[in-house]
Amino acid sequence: MKLESKIPAGPIEKKWDDHRFNLKLVNPANKRKYTIIVVGTGLAGASAAASFGELGYNVLAFSYHESPRRAHSIAAQGGINAPKNYANDGDSIYRLFYDTVKGGDYRAREANVYRLAQVSNSIIDQCVAQGVPFARDYAGYLDNRSFGGAQVSRTFYARSQTGQQLLLGAYSALSRQIGEGQVKFFSRREMVDLVLVDGMARGIVVRNLVTGELESYAADAVVLATGGYGNVFYLSTNAKACNATAVWRAYKKGALFGNPCFTQIHPTCIPVGGDYQSKLTLMSESLRNDGRIWVPKKQGDTRKATDIPEEERDYYLERLYPSFGNLVPRDVASRRAKEMCDKGHGVGPSKMAVYLDFADAIRRNGKAWIEEKYGNLFDMYHEITAEDPYKTPMRIYPAVHYTMGGLWVDYNLMSNIPGLYVIGEANFSDHGANRLGASALMQGLADGYFIIPYTIGDYLASTKFKPVKTDDPPFRESTKTINDMVNKLMSIQGTRTVDDFHKDLGKIMWEYVGMGRSEKGLKKALKFIPELRKEFWSDVKVTGKENDLNAELEKAGRVADYLELGELMALDALNRSESCGGHFREEHQTEEGEAKRNDKKFSYVAAWEFKGENKKPALQKEALEFEYVKPSQRSYK
Amino acid sequence: MNFTLKIWRQKNRTDEGRFVEYTVKDISPDASLLEMLDVLNNDIVRKGEDPVAFDHDCREGICGSCGLVIDGRSHGPNRGIATCELRMRSFRDGNTIVVEPWRAKAFPIIKDLVVDRSAFERIMQAGGYVSTKTGGVPDANAIPIPKPVAEEAMDAAACIGCGACVAACPNGSAMLFVSAKVSQLALLPQGQVERTERVQRMVARMDAEGFGNCSNNYACEAECPKKISVEHIARLNREFIRAKVAG
Ligand SMILES: Cc1cc2nc3c(=O)[nH]c(=O)nc-3n(C[C@H](O)[C@H](O)[C@H](O)COP(=O)(O)OP(=O)(O)OC[C@H]3O[C@@H](n4cnc5c(N)ncnc54)[C@H](O)[C@@H]3O)c2cc1C
Ligand code: SF4
Ligand code: FES
Repeated sequence: MKLESKIPAGPIEKKWDDHRFNLKLVNPANKRKYTIIVVGTGLAGASAAASFGELGYNVLAFSYHESPRRAHSIAAQGGINAPKNYANDGDSIYRLFYDTVKGGDYRAREANVYRLAQVSNSIIDQCVAQGVPFARDYAGYLDNRSFGGAQVSRTFYARSQTGQQLLLGAYSALSRQIGEGQVKFFSRREMVDLVLVDGMARGIVVRNLVTGELESYAADAVVLATGGYGNVFYLSTNAKACNATAVWRAYKKGALFGNPCFTQIHPTCIPVGGDYQSKLTLMSESLRNDGRIWVPKKQGDTRKATDIPEEERDYYLERLYPSFGNLVPRDVASRRAKEMCDKGHGVGPSKMAVYLDFADAIRRNGKAWIEEKYGNLFDMYHEITAEDPYKTPMRIYPAVHYTMGGLWVDYNLMSNIPGLYVIGEANFSDHGANRLGASALMQGLADGYFIIPYTIGDYLASTKFKPVKTDDPPFRESTKTINDMVNKLMSIQGTRTVDDFHKDLGKIMWEYVGMGRSEKGLKKALKFIPELRKEFWSDVKVTGKENDLNAELEKAGRVADYLELGELMALDALNRSESCGGHFREEHQTEEGEAKRNDKKFSYVAAWEFKGENKKPALQKEALEFEYVKPSQRSYK
Repeated sequence: MNFTLKIWRQKNRTDEGRFVEYTVKDISPDASLLEMLDVLNNDIVRKGEDPVAFDHDCREGICGSCGLVIDGRSHGPNRGIATCELRMRSFRDGNTIVVEPWRAKAFPIIKDLVVDRSAFERIMQAGGYVSTKTGGVPDANAIPIPKPVAEEAMDAAACIGCGACVAACPNGSAMLFVSAKVSQLALLPQGQVERTERVQRMVARMDAEGFGNCSNNYACEAECPKKISVEHIARLNREFIRAKVAG
């Protein structure tokens, strides 16, 4: 198989405009003849479905949630980037492009990233027009804050609820289309298979989560906007239901999986409390604007934070990276926190935490100022830990947060399966080996509002579709396969719960495929994961009924997929014998402990092809070329 | 900590439902109430029985999925938080905790603690938006908005659509939810064009869905996890009268 990225020729500033001009158009009157399935209605899916509806396509939108407003996007706190340069601090499209390519440690496609930076300004305009209440200054104009990996203020925000407000904006546009009957929304439906007809994506099979029935839907194209797969680690900042099933089942139908091992570990999360813990809570990166990170200089220091005098504190990020300080990119900040704890400087009951301290900012600007900016984060922290961050520093530790990897897509956001598009966190596209803060919201909305509405038209206009019906053999075969899987899961009746297996998998992933990876560790993971998978399929216990609302069965299907995806992640991490961004192979580091890339050997996207159950997948490589931002050792000093 | 739980179990929409008693042991005070239910459910599964169904997702008070009536209070005893944010340290060791679903005519029970809140969806579809299309909008800074106005709009926009206000209201009214959306868009310049139609359509849909009337009981504000103020209801009423006069 040859991977064609379909990056248009020409200078980078003109690629997207030229490409848009060259794309075929569907005549307005013909749009209603086409049906598009959109799976997932988070930021990416809701914005795409609403935009398709406005254009006049028939849209069938699906979500396992009861409402689009419940999608995981709702939880994004900090903000969304756009190089409006309202702050007059030297920002530009080119600078955002540059920062993102560099932040991703030169493992993303330049052309995609440039386009992302280009359309991002329109996102802010669009959201404001919808009534998104972004933060404003006293003149009534939009306010900005800074995020890691950038030296300009380009992040737009709505208190610490930016994702909520953006999603509610997209959801309102989608609601209008649903109300007008242009989009049909199917709630509480989980896509469990992708259906191909003559090699083209022509439909899906979903499980109705209320009745347990398997339902089939046909269309001319299928868009997956199903989010990331961070929950393979069990503990992550993702919402509990986030899962990989849609992309994984598509992978098993032939879609290539790009850079599965690229995982983002976010530096500022509330540390793990105990075995009961079901998820980890993020403390937004925006806090690093005003909070200072430190550990006691003395190892094993047991004094209260407020009792440790200034000269006995190590503000290690400010010490190591004087120019970016506390605002180094996430991968760097996470790794340094782990290093400090591993060296015995960790704080709190578990000693696996560092301080994030606001005392200086409170002294400088007053408590009210902090409260206005971060009030609800402080409340959340207080609620969870019973400690008051206005009085004592927060304890934070890195946690799994985002997956840069995902299904491989070309410049048009189409996978290698004709008619299968993948947008938002579900694709592998724009963030390389490390995503910068406030860039996921930007990417999801760029894909949904401003890219796929154009590119899908080209496919529809240039493809001949034969009619398909949902009782055609490919749909019946899919339904049978899924039915068999469900019956198998229900019939094992072993001794351990789905959560037990998920937690075990999480521990393996965190230990060997987490923040520090090594050949030895990854080989262990590649041994342990298949063993655990075997145990799962012979000893899992799923109760309840298959034709009923059954959360255990839902979880079981998802964990079955994680048990395969986890192995692919380990395999990809083992193959990539270099460090880049969030992928840190302990064998490959500079003298100062930074990620050491090997551009000669690994300047490519690793796209994995499914070759059958329990068979080794095949590796396809898409070479990455850097014409504009020349790869160098990333430096944030 | 140890607790006795009285949990509402109901097989489906038509089943009568009843309380079932469970006990949980050795729960960390730092665990959330939902984490306590996870522990319970894993025990139930090990015994071969059907675990308690409840809605949840983000577990940090923003998605609006969770919603339980705990000891008679929507989202539990503490103010300003959602069910998922409630920690066990808020309860006394050894206590009995009663857990029920939202109870409101417009929110039928699907199973156990899971209810159908799609009536909220239909209210949103009736007018909870600005009819802008993707593209063709002015520069974001072309519409300056005074900071206090933007802040007030944001206060209203913070609603998570959980439905606690409806569950808390003796009349099962959705006024707080609807007023939050109406208020947000009525405050902002972007919402002016459709101001009249919006309030009429949303209120009509709300009535059609079987939500009760507002009798100024204010239980909604007290139980709202986002502390949405009843002042928005006053604004909704003004908007509604204004629309009538205009219409
Ligand atoms: C706590 C937190 C804070 C964050 N803060 C920021 C931030 O400040 N700035 C930023 O840029 N990014 C942030 N991110 C990242 C960002 O929120 C996400 O990457 C982004 O919202 C993902 O959007 P999405 O539309 O791709 O997917 P999601 O929002 O995850 O939506 C997925 C959708 O797919 C549906 N779905 C999934 N699988 C199936 C299936 N099999 N069948 C049917 N439906 C399915 C779901 O129901 C849902 O509707 C944050 C992430 C977290 C975890
Ligand atoms: S107004 Fe408050 S209680 Fe009602 S739906 Fe919104 S957040 Fe929930
Ligand atoms: S689970 Fe999301 S608000 Fe409670």
